[in-house]
Amino acid sequence: MKRYQNLLLMIAVVVLAAVPLRMLEKPAPGPDGKVVEIFKGADDQAKNVIHEIAPGYRPWFKPLMAPPGEEINTLFFTLQAALGAGFIGYYLGMSVTRARMRRELDKEAEC
Amino acid sequence: MHIMEGFLPVKHAIGWSVVSAPVVACGLYAINKKIKEQPEHRMLLGVAAAFTFVLSALKLPSVTGSCSHPTGTGLGAILFGSAAMAPIGAVVLLFQAILLAHGGLTTLGANIFSMAIVGPLAAAAIFRMAKTAKLPFGISVFLAASLGDLLTYVTTSAQLALAFPDPVGGFAASFAKFAAVFAVTQIPLAISEGLLTVVVFNALARFNPQELKEMNVVTVQGA
Repeated sequence: MKRYQNLLLMIAVVVLAAVPLRMLEKPAPGPDGKVVEIFKGADDQAKNVIHEIAPGYRPWFKPLMAPPGEEINTLFFTLQAALGAGFIGYYLGMSVTRARMRRELDKEAEC
Repeated sequence: MHIMEGFLPVKHAIGWSVVSAPVVACGLYAINKKIKEQPEHRMLLGVAAAFTFVLSALKLPSVTGSCSHPTGTGLGAILFGSAAMAPIGAVVLLFQAILLAHGGLTTLGANIFSMAIVGPLAAAAIFRMAKTAKLPFGISVFLAASLGDLLTYVTTSAQLALAFPDPVGGFAASFAKFAAVFAVTQIPLAISEGLLTVVVFNALARFNPQELKEMNVVTVQGA
């Protein structure tokens, strides 16, 4: 069980992400022919709630720099994840090797 | 949980910055002290930061039909204490605010407060309580990371409700509306974050038991 625990946990994470994708269907375009988007960011939805509660509120500051397009936005997010994942992978690899070398050293010492 | 640029009234933006800044400064001091005492833990600090980088970049779909992302701050809070996560979270939020127009500079203080202060504080406290209650290690980590994640989003909802109270129902009605957007969406993602944090801790427990022991994360278990 312990051996497969991490594999099982990771499968659970994938399932948790996949279930909503299968469960929710894209609603048909409304009468105005507009395509309804689903899985929009929660941050965006919060903006709508703000507009609802305080219709008069105008943001008083604009982002200094906005990614010039959806694709570039994706690039930065991917970059962020890749940097993080790369470092974690490096550390894990280093730890695995170090643990193995320690074990071998111990074995030699026993002989 | 990112409150968008300009979407907090000036007073609130300044208020949250004033609250968050000293905590970030304390966190820097705490990190410096820890690294000076045990320089070999520098790499693990990097792992904590990297984990936050990865998780806060992952926008995952949720059952509510919207997307949000985990925070990844629970791991570092359990390893290094909650204070250390304030500057780390601040760096991630700054990266996203400047390069991605995700979050913002005027809302940075408020976002730091929810993601880099309240979340880690909750995670560290829950982990300690679970340990005192002698819950199994994996369960303690899971509870700490997932509840820390969820509380971050509850905090964001409260911050927005404070800034935009409902004209009829006031703070409570407004909080309910924002929490419906943030906290409910976050529930499955918080579970994911909890599970992923356990995955990392399992790997650490297997390959770096020495470090975990030195950091008082695990009580001596023979291995």
